[in-house]
Amino acid sequence: MYRYTEFDTAFIQERNRQFRAQVERRIAGNLTEDEFKPLRLMNGLYLQLHAYMLRVAIPYGTLSSAQMRQLALLAEKWDKGYGHFTTRQNIQYNWPKLSDVPDMLDALAEVNLHAIQTSGNTIRNVTADHFAGAAADEIADPRPVAELLRQWSTDHPEFQFLPRKFKIAVTGAPNDRAVIKAHDIGIEIVEQGGKQGYRVLVGGGLGRTPMIGKVLSDFVAQEDLLPFVEATVSVWNLLGRRDNKYKARIKITVHEHGIEEIQRLVTERFAETKAAFNGADLDLFAEIKESFGAPAFRNAPEDDFAASYEADPVFRSWADTNLAEHKAPGYAIVQVSLKAHGQTPGDASADQMRVLADLAERFGHDELRISHEQNVILPHVHKSDLPQLHQILKAHGLATANIGKISDIIACPGMDYCALATARSIPIATQIATRFDELKTEHEIGDLKIKISGCINACGHHHVGHIGILGLDRGGVETYQITLGGDATETAALGERTGPGFSYEEIVPAIERLVDAYVANRESADETFLQAYRRLGMAPFKEALYETEKKNAEAA
Amino acid sequence: MPKPFTPKVVTANALIEGDVIYLAADDSWVRDLSKAEVITDEAIAQIRLLDAQARPAETVGVYLADVKLGAKGAEPTHFREDFRRTGPSNYFHGKQAEADA
Repeated sequence: MYRYTEFDTAFIQERNRQFRAQVERRIAGNLTEDEFKPLRLMNGLYLQLHAYMLRVAIPYGTLSSAQMRQLALLAEKWDKGYGHFTTRQNIQYNWPKLSDVPDMLDALAEVNLHAIQTSGNTIRNVTADHFAGAAADEIADPRPVAELLRQWSTDHPEFQFLPRKFKIAVTGAPNDRAVIKAHDIGIEIVEQGGKQGYRVLVGGGLGRTPMIGKVLSDFVAQEDLLPFVEATVSVWNLLGRRDNKYKARIKITVHEHGIEEIQRLVTERFAETKAAFNGADLDLFAEIKESFGAPAFRNAPEDDFAASYEADPVFRSWADTNLAEHKAPGYAIVQVSLKAHGQTPGDASADQMRVLADLAERFGHDELRISHEQNVILPHVHKSDLPQLHQILKAHGLATANIGKISDIIACPGMDYCALATARSIPIATQIATRFDELKTEHEIGDLKIKISGCINACGHHHVGHIGILGLDRGGVETYQITLGGDATETAALGERTGPGFSYEEIVPAIERLVDAYVANRESADETFLQAYRRLGMAPFKEALYETEKKNAEAA
Repeated sequence: MPKPFTPKVVTANALIEGDVIYLAADDSWVRDLSKAEVITDEAIAQIRLLDAQARPAETVGVYLADVKLGAKGAEPTHFREDFRRTGPSNYFHGKQAEADA
């Protein structure tokens, strides 16, 4: 893992000292809210419906056990005993007091964490594949690239007042688990003629105007990455629509000017940025890469795993659903679900965080990851340790075997917390999960991703859910629109709206009818919901949603 | 014809705690919507809003929220204001928990 240098440590301490003084001046009445707001946002502090919210960056979703323990401490000492992991691999605390936030930031700094650029019109936390460094299908670990970009973008003088926020994601594998096509810039590590470089996408994004990213360059050489990205952000910084915040993101700039024109402008600007880089970035990149070396994997028999898999059906079900293929023989990637049926997606209690930290330390080479799907990953666990690990997870409500299934739902905080939300998301997610758990059909239904947003800003990624749910306020009533056929992977697609929305009471039965229609129409259990939708189109699902409802109404 | 004026309360979030507060008739900030001053005159509403905005060291984001008069004082007319006065629905936290304490 990357360790802070003296420079990093001093930078964070200085920033925290400044913010402490700013908070003091606000409380003393020497700063108005208008003056203070941009300062608090630069440090990740929002004001929501019921309280402040502190968003802490988890760079590329990677945590050590010490960092996870500190996150638990913050939850317990200054919040209500839990934290909420987000779709951008961050953690949010929902109940801090303004006067406590400087202490929270100091506590985070003790373990090399901060909240800088988790808000505001800056380059946000750079996210990466949560299987980075462990995935069997990986060309290279994307985290050194993400860390290089983090260092470059943090406090970058040219990019502190961008037209709007800017999000970058990196994958090192052709199977995209980092949703790079829905980011302002998406970076994929590729190989060409035996050399590693980057395929760079631009102009993807969700929100009120969802767009799939377009190829800006098929191959950017390793040494050109920073100047190329700097050229891209710089072109948008001048061109981006500052007159209208809903048209300010780079996806609109790319849409309005066309990808060819953006390519031309970036190429032109790149000639200048390239000349300004002197190679120090390459030395830095080499150093960063070294700090992400693979752990010392061990060779050990897997008999314990095989025996438990054979004897224990609960373990077998969990192993089948929650493990992913590791690049090292004898190892597995463990996905710990934060989606226990009926629980808030992405929430972990302080106790659960400590258990996860202990497990990472004991069985997982001291590494944890947060996925954009709001789960926790232990990326390097030897298979022989899995039965014991599963027992411990089970004892702490962390062994739900539902990764990729209908109850593994992404949900934004919605109107239960968020000041921007137009409807609730969390209770819809918990009710869907509870319903399909009662029916005991989750595993029979198979892979199905439901994503729920409580407003058009789409933090819950509803556009790229196989089933997307969008909560709106229609005449003072919570109303939920459904989209179908979205896809967040390398075959990214935006979902298509089914038709009129459903009320809070109607939405869960509507989802059940949709799923019934899928099960009735699929060719076999091997055909997933998304495959069936692509084959059949909207018709059978529309009928299940609207015709059945009409029939029921007529019968009543 | 302009729309008839509907009853309002002055509301905001508290500066330190960040929680929902309402302006009472005696100029104090209260945490219970039913204890808020219900304003039925538009001119008075604007003055009360200005009064509240003049106290920036106590509040963030002062605004007028629609209410209706119920048996126990002001009640919300929109679900957003109902959540604000109650707290989140996934945990027993916020106002609903404080009322019990």
